[in-house]
Amino acid sequence: MLKFIKHNMETISGIEIYPILSLLIFFFFFVGLYFWVFTYNKEKIKQLSDLPFSEGTSDEFLNL
Amino acid sequence: MEMQQFYYDNKIVNKFIYATIAFGVVGMSVGLLLATMYLFPNLTDGISWLSYGRLRPLHTNAVIFAFVGNAMFAGYYYSIQRLLKTRMFSDVMSNINFWGWQLIIVAAAISLPLGYTSSKEYAELEWPIDIAIAVIWVVFGVNMIMTILRRRERHLYVAIWFYIATFVTVAVLHIFNSLSLPVSGMKSYSVYAGVQDALVQWWYGHNAVAFFLTTPFLGLMYYFMPKAANRPVYSYRLSIIHFWSLIFLYIWAGPHHLLYTSLPDWAQNLGVVFSIMLIAPSWGGMINGLLTLRGVWDKVRTDVVLKFFVVAITGYGMATFEGPMLSLKNVNAIAHFTDWIVAHVHVGALAWNGFMTFGIIYWLLPRLTKSELYSQKLANFHFWIATLGIILYALPMYVAGFVQAQMWKQFNPDGSLVYGNFLETVNQIMPMYAMRAIGGTIYLVGMLVMVYNAFQTVRKGNAVEDELAEAPALAKIAPYRLKGEKFHGWLERKPIQLTVLATIAILIGGIIQIVPTIVVKSNIPTISSVKPYTPLELEGRDLYIREGCVGCHSQMVRPFRSEVARYGEYSKSGEYVYDHPFLWGSKRTGPDLFRVGGKYNDNWHFNHMWDPQSTSAGSIMPGYKWLFDNKAADYSDIEKKMSVMQTLGVPYTDEEVNKAKASIASQSAQIEANLKNDPDFVKSYEQSEKNAKAKGETFVPMKDREIVALIAYLQRLGTDIKVKETQK
Repeated sequence: MLKFIKHNMETISGIEIYPILSLLIFFFFFVGLYFWVFTYNKEKIKQLSDLPFSEGTSDEFLNL
Repeated sequence: MEMQQFYYDNKIVNKFIYATIAFGVVGMSVGLLLATMYLFPNLTDGISWLSYGRLRPLHTNAVIFAFVGNAMFAGYYYSIQRLLKTRMFSDVMSNINFWGWQLIIVAAAISLPLGYTSSKEYAELEWPIDIAIAVIWVVFGVNMIMTILRRRERHLYVAIWFYIATFVTVAVLHIFNSLSLPVSGMKSYSVYAGVQDALVQWWYGHNAVAFFLTTPFLGLMYYFMPKAANRPVYSYRLSIIHFWSLIFLYIWAGPHHLLYTSLPDWAQNLGVVFSIMLIAPSWGGMINGLLTLRGVWDKVRTDVVLKFFVVAITGYGMATFEGPMLSLKNVNAIAHFTDWIVAHVHVGALAWNGFMTFGIIYWLLPRLTKSELYSQKLANFHFWIATLGIILYALPMYVAGFVQAQMWKQFNPDGSLVYGNFLETVNQIMPMYAMRAIGGTIYLVGMLVMVYNAFQTVRKGNAVEDELAEAPALAKIAPYRLKGEKFHGWLERKPIQLTVLATIAILIGGIIQIVPTIVVKSNIPTISSVKPYTPLELEGRDLYIREGCVGCHSQMVRPFRSEVARYGEYSKSGEYVYDHPFLWGSKRTGPDLFRVGGKYNDNWHFNHMWDPQSTSAGSIMPGYKWLFDNKAADYSDIEKKMSVMQTLGVPYTDEEVNKAKASIASQSAQIEANLKNDPDFVKSYEQSEKNAKAKGETFVPMKDREIVALIAYLQRLGTDIKVKETQK
């Protein structure tokens, strides 16, 4: 029943590499992200997450 | 270091807030009107510009681009300046952004009810407005990037990354999905056809949700949630992972809107896989937002802003759990085309976007007016009534969707459908439609309470249009990496490089899915018996587009036993090769129409379009009486339309184009002759001719009126394959 929409990719040569390639891309993407965030030192992270609290205005008074 | 004084521009924030509130009321009111039309289908009988099909895109566009869009800009302009410690680069550009955006909204509010539509969901606006959107969007983006370049804060806070990704991706999506060839000032044909158009459209449609309704609001969440809770975000590390994985994964998920359709399987499967993976970054973000409240959960009891934020983020979590589940093919087989999807998007729109917007507005108003909110009580009332509204909206729609899907699929022991008449499945869920309208009303009441509260707050407050701030100038440091500086540290202070990397992240998915579908010919097997539409059918198709029929009727029979039994042979990708644009639809309020050609006679369609209840008792379809008006249909552009189609690859011969009007004359005469088979038609036709003469009007023969073209199109639908079968 699905014959019209199946097998469309089979004619592409070297198609077998695609799933392997996708897995590798994802694996390294997330490993990269992991390194990205865990090579930050703690003080820097603290400083970054405090950015919304230093705006140079005099009115942080409304924060209840 | 020298301290510099400067002013934050609050005026632009105010403007966007007022526009958000105004268009929120408009968009939701149109939604409520539409919900009421399910109960009283002939509420606006005979008024073309107030018909359901034309108003539905107005509702979606108003809520997405006017309400949520303006809210997004309001939050952007407030937070960008403060996170970068500088005024916006150019006040003029900020104002062009504001007024241009409002003009586009007004253009939409006029053109959509008049029937000017490309029919592609959430991208309905015609080509001149599309160009205006692109221009205004670029003005916004340039203003933002120039502001970033002039900042006094070295590091770009994660909210800014989300804003940058939003700008880049929406630009890419909008441009590629809107590519079309104009026929006239307000009419164009998509350059893509059928399956390819569907893939591009849902790559756009899904990512409009991702990059217009999600990433900007996640950016706002990362700014306003810590501000309202008065503590930094739970985990900045998590926010970095959240950002990159979300934008990288989201862009691939579009094909989950096309499961079991004629889209090639590999593309469907890619869409499913990535949709499932999306749950990780989405929930990472949700957890990061909610856990920002660590240690101050008690404040949620008293602070109305936090109440709104908590429900908003919970709604985000629910919708982003449901999304991947709906992408599973077996769940999608049930939910797709039903009201389940309507419930899903409204949890996203009403809870996530709506409540984030309300929370931000309640937080900003006192700060922009240096006063307290006029009434905490009213704001609390708004919170509770709107929460109730969401529940009363969503729950009935879930029930309706599930009930109807099950009824569609139910078989008798003898193999026939239990509910062979589609209307039985509609009538069953009418109580749910009534409850939905009540839920919507309640939500709108909350909105109106906010209008009053906001008005009073602004009235008694003192607007601070330019807020003084001071910060040290940013010392110039080397553009390249400093000694000991890590790559990400460097990247996060280099906006251009960050933008380029984000662009690459979003382009990978789009390119891998779309390019093969368009380039690899074997993806769309051609069927020799499928021929282009005749000129009259093409005109009828344009009427189908104009009236927004696609809002309630799909043209995609999925390869299920239940659908083949109900509608006929399932759809093949090769049957859509001349469809510029595709009209598969996303919702079946009425039955699928792909195989409707030849199912009924011309008279049935004639009577049905005049008064649907006369042929189908209990139908909730409105009549389309203006198609029968005593005036000639406008076929003056037909040669142009066909030559544009030729350019797009539809194999019309030059002779066919030149003889288009003759072809229309003969085909429409045949339909009029068919109509005369019905004595009732002959009688009322003669009567109307007499009436016209008595009034001194010129009488336009039926064959020259719009309804005949529409009938010609409907009778053609899905018949090309039948021809093939009889030839065998």
